[in-house]
Amino acid sequence: MTEATASPGSTVLGRGLGRALPILTVLLAIIAIWYLAAIWMNATWVRDQAVRADTVLTTGDLIRQTLTLERPVLPAPHQVAAGLWEGIAGQKITSKRSLVWHGWVTLSATLAGFAIGTAAGVLLAVGIVHNRAMDQSVMPWAVASQTVPILAIAPMVIVVFASMGVTGLLPKAMIAAWLSFFPVLVGMVKGLRTPDAMQLDLMHSWNASRVQQFWRLRLPSSLPYLFASLKVAIAAALVGTIVGELPAGATSGLGARLLSGSYYGQTVQIWAALFAAAILAAVLVMLIGALERLTLRRMGLAR
Amino acid sequence: MTVIQARDVSLTFQTADGPVHALKDVSLTIERGDFVSFIGPSGCGKTTFLRAIAALETPTAGKLEVADMTPDQARRQRAYGYVFQAPGLYPWRTIAGNISLPLEIMGFARADRLQRIARVLDLVDLAGFGGKYPWQLSGGMQQRASIARALAFDADILLMDEPFGALDEIVRDRLNEALLDLWKKTGKTIGFVTHSIPEAVYLSTKIVVMSPRPGRITRVIDSPLPRDRPLEIRDTPEFIALAQQVRDGLREGHSYD
Ligand SMILES: Nc1ncnc2c1ncn2[C@@H]1O[C@H](COP(=O)(O)OP(=O)(O)OP(=O)(O)O)[C@@H](O)[C@H]1O
Ligand SMILES: [Mg+2]
Repeated sequence: MTEATASPGSTVLGRGLGRALPILTVLLAIIAIWYLAAIWMNATWVRDQAVRADTVLTTGDLIRQTLTLERPVLPAPHQVAAGLWEGIAGQKITSKRSLVWHGWVTLSATLAGFAIGTAAGVLLAVGIVHNRAMDQSVMPWAVASQTVPILAIAPMVIVVFASMGVTGLLPKAMIAAWLSFFPVLVGMVKGLRTPDAMQLDLMHSWNASRVQQFWRLRLPSSLPYLFASLKVAIAAALVGTIVGELPAGATSGLGARLLSGSYYGQTVQIWAALFAAAILAAVLVMLIGALERLTLRRMGLAR
Repeated sequence: MTVIQARDVSLTFQTADGPVHALKDVSLTIERGDFVSFIGPSGCGKTTFLRAIAALETPTAGKLEVADMTPDQARRQRAYGYVFQAPGLYPWRTIAGNISLPLEIMGFARADRLQRIARVLDLVDLAGFGGKYPWQLSGGMQQRASIARALAFDADILLMDEPFGALDEIVRDRLNEALLDLWKKTGKTIGFVTHSIPEAVYLSTKIVVMSPRPGRITRVIDSPLPRDRPLEIRDTPEFIALAQQVRDGLREGHSYD
């Protein structure tokens, strides 16, 4: 609705450009800074090499070499892009070197953990809103659960599950759920409590049961809050899964890819895996955002 | 037949700044089919009294009976239709869906629901708007929809707390006329809170004047006006005399403190 007020004669293309321009500017700035940082951080090594080989470097040589190292301290953007492209399109997707394959391993555990975490968060929130004892007892524990460093917990979870013979998706999903239930819990408690006194009074005057009040008033009113926290939760689930892939022994998933990259000094591989994770997170958050817009617009709850 | 009977009803809110006597020794009898207006300065306990009748507040002293039951028993039997100052329609339900809400909660069958929705939409002059969403309607139409919602399940008692407070004079006149019409057609007992003297006089068979600190009734005026009231009745000497009585009653309450 607001775009409609843009100056007359502005084309769809013009409007799209108007919105993309600030983003593009920032992106270009970041890339420029990145290149400078790459030159600066890799220069020491390049100079050392030159001294050892007894050659004299022109500035042009220096820059060219800092940006094309095999194992740079900081790979340049184009190297990361090439690594990313190589990992995604340059391999059979069943290959152990394919980022698509590793991404899928991570994604499946993320989605499973997200589902478990969301269900747990919603159920706990419903309990908290309807039960005084739960209201006073659950929240402190939920907060405490999030203050435990996940990096410390993750290996224990993996080991405990492994000792029971469970490996693969489930242990990672549990860690993802551990991180993602919390935002859902907080958002849902707030959301289920949004109906104002007047709407609750109306329900009361109709002698509505608590179940009717929940399905017809509290749950629909909470949806904007639920969607907002789902976006946080899916990103948290992805982080949890990747952390779950870091403990020794993991060979698949973006987390494992990060770790093996750092073992072998494959900085390009690390950064490519990092970007793959970031892109995955962005896509997931955008999907939930689209679902949110669709649902809230249909419910008349959009701004 | 007496529908609402209040005897020495007091209601004190315990607040951080000490007790607030919202109602003090309020006694009132309302007969079936009465249209009772409550008028008085802000904070005199009009809303509190209406809420106490609807079992949304509990009196701290005295006796309040609705159709020989406690207000809460009456609430459980769904004796009240309550209309607030704001329409409070659900944005995710159409107008028909909003009116259907209490009917669903009360377990009316689908066919019955549809029939009732059509009837009350007609009653508040919103026929044809059932499929619209609240945001597609004007404020006055939304308020009429909320009245339709309160009427749909045929509660005996309709309680309205400044239902037209937020609307302009012209719309208000129209809705007042419609409300009188509706009251004549349905024979309901209506409790109506307002700040407007002409509105109170035009609508009511009984005008209750209240005053604050502590909230109490200073005057109960029985209207001699006939039940059939065209808008022009507001220019008759009887109407003006009645309005003068209400004004005197309000002034009396003020000189008290
Ligand atoms: N829930 C509450 N807790 C504490 N005090 C309250 C509460 N509700 C009302 N009061 C107090 O009781 C008194 C009567 O309030 P009430 O809302 O009944 O007034 P009113 O006549 O409806 O006023 P208005 O015309 O402004 O709507 C006021 O002093 C108010 O501050
Ligand atoms: Mg009030």
